[in-house]
Amino acid sequence: MSRRLRLALLAPALLGLGGLFAWAIAGLPKFGDYRGPYGYVLNQMVVPLRHSTNVVMGTTFDVRGLDTMGEEFILYAAVVGVTLLLRDESGAGRVERRTRRARSDTVRLIGVLMIGVGLLVGLWLVAFGYITPGGGFPGGVVLAGAILVLYLVGSHRDYAPFRSEHALDPFEGLGAGGYVITGLAALALGLQFLTNLFGYGKAGTLLSAGSIGILNAASAIAVTVAMLLLFAEFLETYVAPLEPEDVGS
Amino acid sequence: MSYLPYAVAAWLCLVGLAGVATSRNLIHLAICLTVTQSSSYVLLLSVGYVEHGKAPIFKGIPLHSTAVDPVVQALTLTDVVVSVVVVALILALALDAHRLSGTVDPDGIADVSG
Amino acid sequence: MVFSTLVPLQAVAFVLVALGAPLVVLTRDPLRQALVNGVYGITLVLLFVVLQAPDPALSMLVVSGIAYPLVILAAVARVRGERRRPEETKDE
Repeated sequence: MSRRLRLALLAPALLGLGGLFAWAIAGLPKFGDYRGPYGYVLNQMVVPLRHSTNVVMGTTFDVRGLDTMGEEFILYAAVVGVTLLLRDESGAGRVERRTRRARSDTVRLIGVLMIGVGLLVGLWLVAFGYITPGGGFPGGVVLAGAILVLYLVGSHRDYAPFRSEHALDPFEGLGAGGYVITGLAALALGLQFLTNLFGYGKAGTLLSAGSIGILNAASAIAVTVAMLLLFAEFLETYVAPLEPEDVGS
Repeated sequence: MSYLPYAVAAWLCLVGLAGVATSRNLIHLAICLTVTQSSSYVLLLSVGYVEHGKAPIFKGIPLHSTAVDPVVQALTLTDVVVSVVVVALILALALDAHRLSGTVDPDGIADVSG
Repeated sequence: MVFSTLVPLQAVAFVLVALGAPLVVLTRDPLRQALVNGVYGITLVLLFVVLQAPDPALSMLVVSGIAYPLVILAAVARVRGERRRPEETKDE
């Protein structure tokens, strides 16, 4: 199908789809007119029942915990897919690119400050996820971003521990598997899968919300390691480096 | 104009689809897909909005105040992070196509035979 | 009457998002599009905050500021790196 024919078919198709959208929107209630009872029920019930002041996190990891397990496995499957696609089978030797540390002192200083602040903010987002906004998912991405500033500012030897897939793969399994094991532990005790196991503690402190804390940490580990693995796969070079630099300090 | 949020969601979806269909570069195509994904987030959060509602975080506000729907926020929050990795998978497919055919143009790839 | 259920701040946020999307699509160079996508992500964050959704706003901020530019730039770098060595890509 030639490009011109494709573009000629596109305009009526988009107009038709727009007409269907307009018909659907005309039947919706007005903005702000919330009909369903489920939102009201959750807002009243989750804090007394689970002692988690962040109702969104309580919903993600407890009321709809099976959903989040599915999302984590989507993440895992996508990382496996990227690894399989980008790995070269023809046997061309993997040559590691040699880079130097950033030459300017100012850039190195700002990089070190960014790594420190990024690690702290990421750990705070993950740890307090069930009390204030945040959680395992954004906190994991911030942690991965802080580690990647090390790639930007440092030499190839500084970043080497975070590039080897042999070191990172067990942690990815720990993140995805930790979620399932916490759920199976409830099965082993005769309750339903993913029942909240531990005592609930005092709402608003770190020791609250039962096994939501463990599931939160597991998904944070899974997201961080997934981002690092993605970056490692995308940047592996299978040909000789273009400008061989001398080994920097 | 009480229907402006839903109209914006429909507009975003159509713009993203038009970008995907007229794209000449596979990486540009992957980013236009993210625009279509954002239309679903806008629709979800607009459906869950309660008039004069606050955020569903009950630290510092009294326990029985009106709050917006937490279920759609839970869906959006996990979806945003997982879709980054799925877009990375699409980009890996684009890189593979580039390696096999030498071009990132979607129209040029169709001529590769064998 | 007509604007009854939309606070003006929310209407402005929605219009900004609706204006940002065609800008992302119309930028053809992937490297520039990564930057424009980052700005579009910030307009989405503004919209999520105004719709009383702090968790999705945090996730979108982090993702459009860190994760998307990372993945897009890595892909563009790899395409350009492979383009400079065309003889390596033809053998299978």
